Amino acid sequence: MWDYVKLVALGAIAVLAAIAANYAHDLPYMVNAIVVMLAAAITFVWALRSHGTVWVHPANEYMDGVVRAGVIATTLWGVVGFLVGVIIAFQLAFPSLNFEMMGILNFGRLRPLHTSAVIFAFGGNALIMSAFYIVQRTCGTRLFGGNLGWFVFWGWQLMIVMAATSYVLGGTQGKEYAETVWYIDVWIAVVWVAFLLVFMGTLWQRKEPHIYVANWFLLSMIITVAMLHIVNNLAIPVSVFSSQSVPLFSGVQDAMTQWWYGHNAVGFFLTAGFLGMMYYFVPKQAEKPVYSYKLSIIHFWALIFLYIWAGPHHLHYTALPEWASTLGMVFSIILWMPSWGGMINGLMTLSGAWDKLRTDPIIRMMVVSIGFYGMSTFEGPMMSIKAVNSLSHYTDWTIGHVHSGALGWNGMITFGALYFLTPKLWNRSGLYSLKLVSWHFWLATIGIVLYASSMWVTGIMEGLMWREVDANGFLVNAFADTVAAKYPMYVVRGLGGTLFLTGALIMVYNLWMTVRAQPAKASVNANNAVPAE
Amino acid sequence: MCAKQVTKAPKEVQTTGHSWDGIEEYNNPLPRWWVWVLYLTIVWGIGYTIFYPAWPMLTSATQGIYGPQERAAVVAEIKRFDDANGPIKAKLVAADLAAIPADDELKTFAVSAGASVFKNNCAQCHGSGAAGVQGKGYPNLLDNDWLWGGDMESIHATVAHGIRNTTDGDARYSEMPKFGTDGLLDDAQIGQVVEYVLQLSGQEHDAAGATAGATIFADNCAACHAEGGTGDRVQGAPNLTDAIWLYGGDKATLTESVSKARFGVMPAWAPKLSEDEIRAVAVYVHSLGGGE
Repeated sequence: MWDYVKLVALGAIAVLAAIAANYAHDLPYMVNAIVVMLAAAITFVWALRSHGTVWVHPANEYMDGVVRAGVIATTLWGVVGFLVGVIIAFQLAFPSLNFEMMGILNFGRLRPLHTSAVIFAFGGNALIMSAFYIVQRTCGTRLFGGNLGWFVFWGWQLMIVMAATSYVLGGTQGKEYAETVWYIDVWIAVVWVAFLLVFMGTLWQRKEPHIYVANWFLLSMIITVAMLHIVNNLAIPVSVFSSQSVPLFSGVQDAMTQWWYGHNAVGFFLTAGFLGMMYYFVPKQAEKPVYSYKLSIIHFWALIFLYIWAGPHHLHYTALPEWASTLGMVFSIILWMPSWGGMINGLMTLSGAWDKLRTDPIIRMMVVSIGFYGMSTFEGPMMSIKAVNSLSHYTDWTIGHVHSGALGWNGMITFGALYFLTPKLWNRSGLYSLKLVSWHFWLATIGIVLYASSMWVTGIMEGLMWREVDANGFLVNAFADTVAAKYPMYVVRGLGGTLFLTGALIMVYNLWMTVRAQPAKASVNANNAVPAE
Repeated sequence: MCAKQVTKAPKEVQTTGHSWDGIEEYNNPLPRWWVWVLYLTIVWGIGYTIFYPAWPMLTSATQGIYGPQERAAVVAEIKRFDDANGPIKAKLVAADLAAIPADDELKTFAVSAGASVFKNNCAQCHGSGAAGVQGKGYPNLLDNDWLWGGDMESIHATVAHGIRNTTDGDARYSEMPKFGTDGLLDDAQIGQVVEYVLQLSGQEHDAAGATAGATIFADNCAACHAEGGTGDRVQGAPNLTDAIWLYGGDKATLTESVSKARFGVMPAWAPKLSEDEIRAVAVYVHSLGGGE
């Protein structure tokens, strides 16, 4: 019965999508409708062929297929996102690289492609696969909801493909990190609620008496991101056949909602979620207990309470009322220690295991990741101070700050997790080559250092050039002068990105060879068995 | 990062007793420095919000002991410079335009003010160094080749009213006929007149074509570009005998210019800039090397 419902629904979606493509008002809508049609058709064929299959969900085995798929997707989208990043970095240094191919390869089109690819495709897949892996292990139970986990995985990939195709064709809401047009937003909400259901359901049927700290962070991420995403994307479509929509809020209210979203996308997606990963993978890889349970409680609640208020610091010295700006700054500064609680717990977990830094490049990656986390969560509150912000805002300093967090913290902890997970999930005796991990580590670290330091230099330089006045109070520099002055540092930034990308490609090779060439682990079932309680 | 010896978790610290997938947690207390810095930031935060606008109430927000600062600070800063520059600005506006470059005090002020006006308003087309964009129709302002005149009055009028725009009735205006597009000359004639212009500017040319082109030039072009092609500033008609070209002096570009004509537009700045700013930027441009 369920099989027939599924087939009818998929067929109806494919037909409706074809009709929608036919009536489309704009190109991004048409292409997205065709993508949906193809996805529904492929799923229809798959459902037809697997008709009558009885899905076995052995209760004594973890559901790792979806996590394996997540490892592959994270790696793939990571490389795509880094590559687009390197391309646009060089486009800024050498504007002639903005090829006129229907505008598709312009910086303006590729930039949201880069940010969404690294945050939502790479970061999102990393979070989903880690959440699915961690929640099963730390609850001692199989993923809730049968194939719902697979729906989350494939739904997320469909979202990525739709977002990417719409960006390059000019479909955007014009909201930073929320560029996806209205129907993709609806789909994200559906997939995300499914993610919440799987996660909550798994927690609900856990065999452990307590919920492990990593799961608090992951759950707070899932719930808050759902709220942020839905509120920030409230909009009325111009037509059901158009990608255009009109936001519900206007003016400064819209700006404030956008940065309440934007800041907490960083706070919950890229901080709380990745702290969840850190709280599992660091103690596992170091084989040491977490440093302090008390600290994890206090810094968790302080972090999630404070983060949600800090958004207005993105709108200092704008039409935003001064009181909102002040509050954003004050909460950002109080947020400093709660953020550092995670760093302390991560680093101190390694106390007594520091010698592993010499022998285990994965631990080294995790330590550097936590280090960059600590640095950017100090830099962030500092940049939120109005006086500092008046210099740093709108400059490359912000770009450098974001990338020391994204490449350093999110990137490195994800690489660590991928190196940890791949041998386990494919039941291999170990990684193909630790030496290659070491190469990846150094290329990535040097790349980040080049990136961040060149952006500090250009950021502070252009901030100072913009505000430079002569004795009579007249501005000294033209905007083009600041652009010209930044050129050498833009090249350095591009090189840093290239090193980071090269490291990621080495990782892809290493993971591929691990799955392909490494001998299987001796005890086959040790990995899949639920630990006895 | 390993240089500092980190104290090992003391032996007597117990774990919480739970284990998840082999992960345990120590029951270490909160680091004291962490707690104290957290308290410190909270105390500072409360203090800061007492002094500055911060907490939203029902209809407005608390204004703080110091009250709103940001806009007042900008207004005060602008006023400080306005007050300081007020007398000399008044003097600049009252002065005889032609006499400004000779007045050291006025000139020094006007060049620094004008440079700023130029970099914020003119650099987009003329370049931040005022060298224009060669061959793209944005004139170089550093040389002594002027389309509409390079003395103070002329530059001032050009900046204030602009060129060929539709917004200012006093804008400088002239329009070259589209000799090819509108069928005023056939292709052969255009080819010949181009040869003549190449000859005028001392470039390689076909002598027979140029001879024929001379007649065509006299009948069609000389009214604006003057006999001998030396141009006419009253009509903004460029001098064709020198090596300076607004759109390019090669054969292909000249043919295009004659066939389709050119119609460069500059906005009027009087609605956007104040009189002292227009005068300042005129002095700045005049001072760049080509002022007459």
